[in-house]
Amino acid sequence: MLTYTLRRLLLAIPTLLLISLVIFLLVDLAPGSPASEIPLTVPPEVRAKILEALGVNEPLHIRYLLWLKQFFYVEPLNGIDWLFGTDLAGDMQRIISYQTRSPVFPLIGQRLPQTLTVIGTAYLVGVMIALPIGIYSAYKQYSLFDQFGTMFAMIGFSVPTFFTGTVFIIVFGVWLGWFPTKYDTTLKVTDWASLIKQLRQMAMPVMVLGLANAAAISRYMRSSMLENMKQDYVRTARAKGMSERTVVLKHVLRNSMIPVVTIIALGIPSIFGGAIITENLFGVNGIGAALIGAIHGNDLPMVQTLAFIFAILIVTFNLIADVLYGLLDPRIRYD
Amino acid sequence: MTETTLERPESQIAAIWHQFRQHKGAVFGLCVLAFLVAFVLIGPLLWQTEVLKVSEALKVKNQGPSLRFPLGTDQLGRDMLDRMMSAGRVSLAVGFIAMMIAIFFGTFIGILAGYFKRLDGALMRLTDMFLALPLIPLLLVMVMLFRDRIAKLVGPEMGAFILIVFAIGLTSWMHAARIVRGEVLALKEREYVLAARSIGAPPRRIILRHILPNVVSPVMVAATLGIAEAIITESVLSFLGLGFPPDFPTWGRLLFDGLQYMQLYPERVIWPGLAISLTVLSVNYIGDGLRDALDPKARGR
Amino acid sequence: MKLKTALLGAACAFAFAPAAFAERGADGHVNVLYWQAPSTLNPYLSSGTKDVESASLVLEGLAGFNEKGEVVARLAESVPTVENGGVAADLTSITWKLKPGLLWSDGSPVTSADAKFTWEYCTHPEGGCAQAARYEGVSSIDTPDAETIVIHFSAPKPNPYMAFVGGTSPILQAAQFANCLGAAASTCTEQNFGPIGTGPFRVTEFKTNDTVSLEANPNYRDPAKPAFATMTVKGGGDAEAAARAVMETGEFDYAWNTQINPELQAAMAGGGKGTFLNGFGTLVERIEMNMTDPSSDLAEGERSTTAHPHPILSDIKVRTALSMAIDRQVLVDIGYGAAGRPTCNLVPAPDMFASDNTGCLTQDIEGAKKLLDEAGWVPGADGIREKDGRKLSVLYQTSTNPVRQDFQALIKGWWEEIGVATELKNIDASVFFGGDAGSPDTFQKFYSDVEMYANNFDGTDPEPYLAQYMCDKIPGPANQWQGENINRFCDPAYDALVKEMSATAEMGKRAELAKKMNDMLTKDSMVVVPLVDRGRLSAASTTLGGVVLNTWDTEMWNAQDWFRVK
Repeated sequence: MLTYTLRRLLLAIPTLLLISLVIFLLVDLAPGSPASEIPLTVPPEVRAKILEALGVNEPLHIRYLLWLKQFFYVEPLNGIDWLFGTDLAGDMQRIISYQTRSPVFPLIGQRLPQTLTVIGTAYLVGVMIALPIGIYSAYKQYSLFDQFGTMFAMIGFSVPTFFTGTVFIIVFGVWLGWFPTKYDTTLKVTDWASLIKQLRQMAMPVMVLGLANAAAISRYMRSSMLENMKQDYVRTARAKGMSERTVVLKHVLRNSMIPVVTIIALGIPSIFGGAIITENLFGVNGIGAALIGAIHGNDLPMVQTLAFIFAILIVTFNLIADVLYGLLDPRIRYD
Repeated sequence: MTETTLERPESQIAAIWHQFRQHKGAVFGLCVLAFLVAFVLIGPLLWQTEVLKVSEALKVKNQGPSLRFPLGTDQLGRDMLDRMMSAGRVSLAVGFIAMMIAIFFGTFIGILAGYFKRLDGALMRLTDMFLALPLIPLLLVMVMLFRDRIAKLVGPEMGAFILIVFAIGLTSWMHAARIVRGEVLALKEREYVLAARSIGAPPRRIILRHILPNVVSPVMVAATLGIAEAIITESVLSFLGLGFPPDFPTWGRLLFDGLQYMQLYPERVIWPGLAISLTVLSVNYIGDGLRDALDPKARGR
Repeated sequence: MKLKTALLGAACAFAFAPAAFAERGADGHVNVLYWQAPSTLNPYLSSGTKDVESASLVLEGLAGFNEKGEVVARLAESVPTVENGGVAADLTSITWKLKPGLLWSDGSPVTSADAKFTWEYCTHPEGGCAQAARYEGVSSIDTPDAETIVIHFSAPKPNPYMAFVGGTSPILQAAQFANCLGAAASTCTEQNFGPIGTGPFRVTEFKTNDTVSLEANPNYRDPAKPAFATMTVKGGGDAEAAARAVMETGEFDYAWNTQINPELQAAMAGGGKGTFLNGFGTLVERIEMNMTDPSSDLAEGERSTTAHPHPILSDIKVRTALSMAIDRQVLVDIGYGAAGRPTCNLVPAPDMFASDNTGCLTQDIEGAKKLLDEAGWVPGADGIREKDGRKLSVLYQTSTNPVRQDFQALIKGWWEEIGVATELKNIDASVFFGGDAGSPDTFQKFYSDVEMYANNFDGTDPEPYLAQYMCDKIPGPANQWQGENINRFCDPAYDALVKEMSATAEMGKRAELAKKMNDMLTKDSMVVVPLVDRGRLSAASTTLGGVVLNTWDTEMWNAQDWFRVK
């Protein structure tokens, strides 16, 4: 297992480099340019000058190598400077976003709290709802609970989030007025009142996303439980006289959790890039919204950096999921 | 002495069908799906919508359900029933075909990765790379590179259809691949597989006869989720202008277009939303039923 | 007796005082929603109007435009004109005088050196300044003393109100931006995100593409203004959500650009929490006709170039027929409601430049059919017209936008009634307007027969706008498709008029020339087919007073006059 993990970690480096190159080529090849957001009233010569100043016209390999150097050398130095107050980075040029003409990493840092708070909570809530529903649905297969659980899951992932989100906004925000329709990112939680405010403005996006997450995970949980409930060892355990509770929660659940845990681990990167529509709808202005905004504006450095961070997360969590899978299931042999 | 006649043993297909029919939800799903497919395929033959001039159409805009327009009209006076039927054809086709492409690639890569250790590393890294690719630039590039060429061959609508279906299929196989690989890794160590290997069965035979039928279960779940994802992804793409030409609606597009009128005319959102949900629901139930029917331990219950 | 009257007078003054002399900051907080969030607060590095708008709360120019399009002084004492001697008689220079005692929000005095520095900042060759066009023609700037700015032009400039006038050309503090010239502009994040200005508010926090937090400027020149102590400009979402936030939930006081469909407008307006404000400027949604052949059978580099004239649209009868078949009032009713007006003019405003061209406003299907018959296009068996074996079919493209797609559907319907087969195409806005020379879908490349989009011009003078249609501005492979003459329209008589206008100073004559050029492009040649004069539509809460929608400057132009209605 250890050699496997080390081997994977070593393999991850060239993989990530290759991924970064592919993403760079893809975004560069894609039609569209950062000039699309400049109003048409600006004459073409001025536009050309703007693009020149952004560095868009440099040859491809120069831009890629510059980005690599900035990402792996300049930005970590800036990070150390920020943490420890040193001045190692000096005047070295950082990765600059075309849209804002400011460094990319502080932008990401600004957006991270919202994403983690709202989207992360939604994921957690989704998982916590999904597991009991999946377990009980499988245990009482075809019962009324199962039917309802299935229907809830169906609604959860068959209806797109832009639909549920808009319905929620109109029902809870406009008609009932229970929750604000726009997320205030400047709200700082300092006391009880502001905490209530924060919870109130998080309620709708968390509900919308949590529903979608819960639906998918509960299906997997249920399907995994069903498979294991039919195994011979369950029959044996029951025959031995164990209580249902022990059988289900101690034997079946543990074995069923294996694929589900890996699926949960695989879903974590999606917190950072997947909730684009929800973020847009509620004005949460997190990382997903930043990515889609950058893609629309053809902001290559921003897209490249965000997509690469996303790739790192995916590779890391894939590794974690695989290692977990190997650790939890003794039947799996990697070496 | 009374003679007991032996019943002819059921063929495997009949046995599966028999088991399937036991699952009420699956039968319900099958009926609903059959209705939806009939609605979009046969419906247009039965319901001939009037071809109105623009000025006449505008006189009947924003109407509710009536005999002339069973599902009402939209803001330009177009018949919603007709739009739902033609949109359904596209949506269902996109959903199914994109899902099949995704499942095909996903299962193929998943089995290879799970069974052949040497290929595992490389294939899983390929999966990671596809997961990390941003969908929209990928689509933009594909559209830019191929749209005109394909449109020349098969016309703009068919060209857009092929592009979208491949784009969605090529970007959603990763999930299925992971699931299948996980299952194959576990199955590889089962006794019957070890037994088959020990008698010298070639890998191809083991995969086709032993592994493949057993990964059907998780693949079913992934497939049913895949259809929903395909239809929804297509609607998101439509609203970004990367989909079909504007006069070629899909359910997802109708849903998105109806959102701005939701407070005034909720039915414009309800019809396509209901259609998408029913499709996914029925496919899911069918998947459930199929999984139960194909599971040998469940048969005979 | 005198004391009594004096006391009475004082009592009366106090009675009126709350209304006239409201204290700065007395009205608390005001919430503004710009659903396209500002990315930077430096309008010279801006990537869109939203940035200019937000920055105008903090930065000001010597003058600006009011809602009627007139130049009004802001930092300057008065507006220089030829009559008052501020503008030289030969139109080669303009002299501005700053108001005395002006301070930046950090307390330092505003001097003419700041204006000169701003000019250097924006005209620096490596700066990539987005508003460089405002300083075109400026040869030098003199600062004889701390309050006088003399701008010299290289050639007589009939309209000198470009530099330092309006939200797109404010004055930056030289001390703050000293190290930000040229290539260093993008390293000055602190300055770009928190410019020091003379406006009614100053920046306390800026989260880019998200929120701007502002507070009243303690050094603002009017001690009683602004009435609001703090302001938030929030971004994100779309037009419907923005309208909802003001008109239905009341969470925001002002929402910019709430372009929603007319029915929703009507429904929300009845709510009573807010009102829609609309004003018309120069934005015209139009259909451009391609005078060259975009066929994919031609080689790359030959498509849509003047080497191949358009086989169908070169005939003015066809173009006229296509325009006649469109009912512009229906388009307005469906798409814009109160926020749009049908128009036949490329230049609909200011009034003195607007031609009285109204011939296209009535739809005439029969007349269109007759014209096509006259042109030799005969309806075939399927209803589509043909001539010499070629079908009358057009490819009609535009950007992705629900209103534009509705327009496409309607226009396709009308054109099919007159026997023209129409194929629709919509392209993502970031590609359509991106100008990427490698993409076939940009509006400059125009690889379709007709395309639809909207355009306008900055300020009140249409000369540079009309000059776009000169023969040497045609986009093509030679200039990386960066030309502005989208239709590939080339007429030496038109070019001559443009040259004449650039040499004419007298306003009446300029207006006449502009009208003539407008007519040449629209009703005389039908190369540009204007559809809708699109106005601005924004939403303001009923509790927000003092809002005046200005389409000639930014919408925040008079934020200092806003107050809370009691």
